[in-house]
Amino acid sequence: MNIVVCVKYVPDATSDRTFNESDNTTDRLGVDGLLSELDEYAIEAALKLVESAAGSEGAEADPAHSSTVTVLTVGPDKAADAIKKALQMGADAGVHVKDEAIHGSDAVATSLILAEAVKKIGNPDLILTGMASTDGTMGVVPAMLAERLGLPQATLASELTVEGGTATIRRDGDVASETITASLPALVSVTDQINEPRYPSFKGIMAAKKKPVETWSLADLGIDVGSVGLAAAWTTVESFARRPPRVHGQVVTDEGDGGTKLAEFLSAQKLI
Amino acid sequence: MAEVLVLVDHIDGVVRKTTAELLTIARRLGEPSAVFIGAGLDAAKQTLAQYGAEKVYRVESADVMDYLVAPVAEVLAALVASAAPAAVLVSSSPGHKEIAARLAIKTGSGLITDAVDVQAGEGGTVRTTQSAFAGGFTVRATVTKGTPIVAVKPNSAAPEAVSGAAVEQVLEVSISETAKKARIIDSQPRAASGRPELTEAAIVVSGGRGTGGDFSVVEEFADSLGAAVGASRAAVDAGWYPHSNQVGQTGKQVSPQLYVAAGISGAIQHRAGMRTSKTIIAINKDEEAPIFELVDFGVVGDLFTVLPQATKAVNAAKG
Repeated sequence: MNIVVCVKYVPDATSDRTFNESDNTTDRLGVDGLLSELDEYAIEAALKLVESAAGSEGAEADPAHSSTVTVLTVGPDKAADAIKKALQMGADAGVHVKDEAIHGSDAVATSLILAEAVKKIGNPDLILTGMASTDGTMGVVPAMLAERLGLPQATLASELTVEGGTATIRRDGDVASETITASLPALVSVTDQINEPRYPSFKGIMAAKKKPVETWSLADLGIDVGSVGLAAAWTTVESFARRPPRVHGQVVTDEGDGGTKLAEFLSAQKLI
Repeated sequence: MAEVLVLVDHIDGVVRKTTAELLTIARRLGEPSAVFIGAGLDAAKQTLAQYGAEKVYRVESADVMDYLVAPVAEVLAALVASAAPAAVLVSSSPGHKEIAARLAIKTGSGLITDAVDVQAGEGGTVRTTQSAFAGGFTVRATVTKGTPIVAVKPNSAAPEAVSGAAVEQVLEVSISETAKKARIIDSQPRAASGRPELTEAAIVVSGGRGTGGDFSVVEEFADSLGAAVGASRAAVDAGWYPHSNQVGQTGKQVSPQLYVAAGISGAIQHRAGMRTSKTIIAINKDEEAPIFELVDFGVVGDLFTVLPQATKAVNAAKG
């Protein structure tokens, strides 16, 4: 089974994230970045599938049927760190699409680049993603990618099994928990409920150094530079403004009257 | 005047409050046309009319209801082609955002998600406001291509009761085989809690690690206020409360009038889910807890003594 895991390199949420004044895009260079935490669950899900497939094949895995996990990202130079982390966890190979013309791309263009990269990697059996990025937090690229590739989407999975060419997931919504099946090839996105991502082992960190990482430009994918990037985006950020920090209010220590004081505050604010 | 499509968010015909908000917003942009998918329109119709729907398109085909996301996107794409609406509005729930995502690709249209305000701009443009980076920034954005598609967060507009004709039109749909490849084979409804829905509630009371698994005093305080109950990621990971009640970056993002955090330290992941609440109160034993940086009022103390006392005072004030 060949799996492609799409990952994103994002500004660290504990740092001072901001936008570029020059063009209203996310500042990806001035702030430390890392592999988006929600993507770790997707990498772990891929590794678990491969491990359980190898286990069921017995001690001598047939090379003609061995599985690979390829991790794919679109991003600036530093996004290579996201691939590195995935390789250290146990992914087999990486693909990094980078091109200056990609700067300022919206979700629509990102999904186009990912779709072409997936095709060039070789139409995997399964594409795995996280449920959303931790910077844009839109949660739309997986569905867009499925749409572009004409694949079924079994998304927001809190449980995933693959057997006999079918992926089965449990999707927990507000009102109901659904069981969804999709024949492979399929796109699956996973939530943070699905597993506990492993920490890279020392062996994994050393092994990662030898794993192949390819770098592709837009030209390598046959994508016209005019169809991606800031000018091509189908939405525009007109302005951004930092919200003023919340004015720190009163904090009291409970001396037997904390609850009463709380209720008094609510009353004074006309909240009760 | 151009139509504005509003995808109705309902459970068996019970229309969610966000739909009333979307219809109100739709009236700013054109004439609201509700799109009702599934069973239960008879129950829903009055609400849709009450909040201004001039038309109600209805679809009740198993080809749409038994498969995940993709068929609804096809239905909406066909409607965008035939009705040439000024905009398409959906709720910001994960499922509706996925429908909007596929619709954006199908129709060559820009998509804006998690809008907290939507207004008509010049020349038929649609101007949105969003909150970015865990509430740290306010962003203004517009769609520049195609039919603007906007996913709107709950509590973004006060629903206005303005009577609409709600003329029904049945849509004949022809769903492609590609859209029917992800099949919903089972659905287990969640038990209703009897409390308001988390993202729609005016007041949310959340419990965290400090509850030690016992949410009783949190729930009683919530009930005294008619509030929804939320939980921190730590509480959900420990199995104390369902994930559907999780407030945070990987759970629900809420922006109620009042948010009360009990026994929650206030890590970034949690703050991302509630930072834009109008009024924030916290109770925590640890005076250094980061949550206190956000509060309008805080109590350093044991939630097991503070909350019951507060509940009693609130109930007494209600008389």
